[in-house]
Amino acid sequence: MKVPVFSQKSFGVVALAAAVAFPLVVGNTFFQHIMILFFMFATMAVAWNIMGGYAGMFSFGQVAFFGIGAYTSSFLLITCHVNPWLGLIAGGLGAAIVGAAIGYPCSNLRGHYFAIATIAFGEIVRTCFNNWKMVGAAEGLSLPMLDEGLLNFMFHSSKLPYYYIILVFLLIALAVCYLVSTSKMGYYFRAIKESHDVAEVLGVNVVWYRLMAVMVSAFLSAMAGTFYAQYVLYIDPDSVLLLPISIQIVLISMLGGAGSVMGPVIGAAILIPISEITRVWLGSKGTGIDMLIYGFLITMISVYQPRGVWGLFAGAGRRAR
Amino acid sequence: MPEQLLQQIVNGLLIGFMYSLIAIGLTLIWGVMNIVNFAHGDFLMVGMFTSFWLYTLYGLDPLFSIPICTALLFVMGMLIYRFIVSKVMAGPMLAQLVVTFGVSIFISNLAVYLWTPDFRLIAKPLLSGTWNLGAVQLSIPKTVAAAGSIITSLAVFLFLKKTRTGKAILATEMDREAALLMGINTDRVNSLSFGMGAALVGIAGAFLSTYYYIYPQVGGLFGTIAFCIVALGGFGSISGAFIAGILVGLVQTLGGFFFDPAYKYAIVFMIYLVTVWIRPQGLLGW
Repeated sequence: MKVPVFSQKSFGVVALAAAVAFPLVVGNTFFQHIMILFFMFATMAVAWNIMGGYAGMFSFGQVAFFGIGAYTSSFLLITCHVNPWLGLIAGGLGAAIVGAAIGYPCSNLRGHYFAIATIAFGEIVRTCFNNWKMVGAAEGLSLPMLDEGLLNFMFHSSKLPYYYIILVFLLIALAVCYLVSTSKMGYYFRAIKESHDVAEVLGVNVVWYRLMAVMVSAFLSAMAGTFYAQYVLYIDPDSVLLLPISIQIVLISMLGGAGSVMGPVIGAAILIPISEITRVWLGSKGTGIDMLIYGFLITMISVYQPRGVWGLFAGAGRRAR
Repeated sequence: MPEQLLQQIVNGLLIGFMYSLIAIGLTLIWGVMNIVNFAHGDFLMVGMFTSFWLYTLYGLDPLFSIPICTALLFVMGMLIYRFIVSKVMAGPMLAQLVVTFGVSIFISNLAVYLWTPDFRLIAKPLLSGTWNLGAVQLSIPKTVAAAGSIITSLAVFLFLKKTRTGKAILATEMDREAALLMGINTDRVNSLSFGMGAALVGIAGAFLSTYYYIYPQVGGLFGTIAFCIVALGGFGSISGAFIAGILVGLVQTLGGFFFDPAYKYAIVFMIYLVTVWIRPQGLLGW
């Protein structure tokens, strides 16, 4: 399988320059907000892609890692006044450990069985947080107001710092994904994706590498979770642990092109503005029409563009499988 | 305490039989096509709403709307297979997983759009009240629904074992290519099984509407529980799904009884994880 690294790189440079310049040109906070969500979902989709796109483990429970990240840093900040940046590391490690704990028993599951196990995992985590008094149960957690500044990971006067922080997170995720995809590990991941059994016979420690994929993916998703908590300053199970968020992450990766570094970014660039704008324009009345369009979109993408739009950019040389 | 426990066991059995019927539809689709139908719970919701509107607009009791629900869902299932699912069967596995999510979100939000997210109940169903059997209270609509579920499950089982069409479905489930070589039209079998799977939740929906709240998102929970049941019973196994449905119903109510009711669904999902870990083929899978 040939991955055209150069075209991805040149595309990346142009896109990055545009991303850095965007908020300086566009002052509208609504558009800045959409861009922030775009970067956040792109970060999670890139994290998903490491697991799903490269190692072939289709996770529909990514929201659990996102939620664990958000809850860990917020809880530490509220109860022990731990700096959010340390909380971010703690959340990432926590999510990675939970991911490994759940990933180990699931390490022989394939295809549908794995996918449903991840849904079950996400729902168990949501149920637990929804009833866990110590972390606010269904009421969630409100973060205390701290002084503005990078050290406190909190800004009140402008969205700009959040914008650049999440952009950096996305770049970190992309760098990790790029390193993984070009390293020995990346080749092992692809071997596992092509055939679990063949990879095992050829001497790949399948269980170990699958766990690695889960842990890396969990850590990156949890980073996005902490970001979300610091950005919105309020989290509850319904905002950071819902199954539809997991599905959105999968869809973004699939639409962009699972198994390529830039694919999920493109997927997020298409899907997040559409879903945010339809939500704001049509969803405010709670009529469900925005989700109706969204469901229709998912169905159409699966039927007509299941290998992602990245394939269109990268030419005929690349195929997801 | 023993009386309460007995009551919980009875409640668990009654909901368990409903779960069985829902899961049989799901396992049929999953077994034949290797497609996970995430919209299964939403089919159930359509069945419940059909029954609700037939009652509200035309005064037809849910018991008598069963044939209509069945027929409607059967056609809906066939159409969804023909125009959506069949198109992704040859595509990447990810698309096969995601496509029914799309259908699920579409159907449930269409219901929100058309009928608002409100909770509804059928005001005066023909069946209501309870039988008092000493210590145990037996809700009449739940008991009739459970009986209907047993009869339907038995009918499905006999249909698959005794009729030519049923045998063709089973053959396709065992080995698609061999079935194709034997002259079985597997595409027709697919479409038939999808229709049947949907029709079965149509029946379940009509029964459930006699005593359960009817709202657009009602399918989510039933659908997810049905996956756990199918996995527990064994991939594609009808009798496995039947037994596992009863077990899950019991575990859910007893789990809620002995621990915290808030965690009863988490316990059901734990069953799935433990099953696929310890015995991935399920109770009766092969």
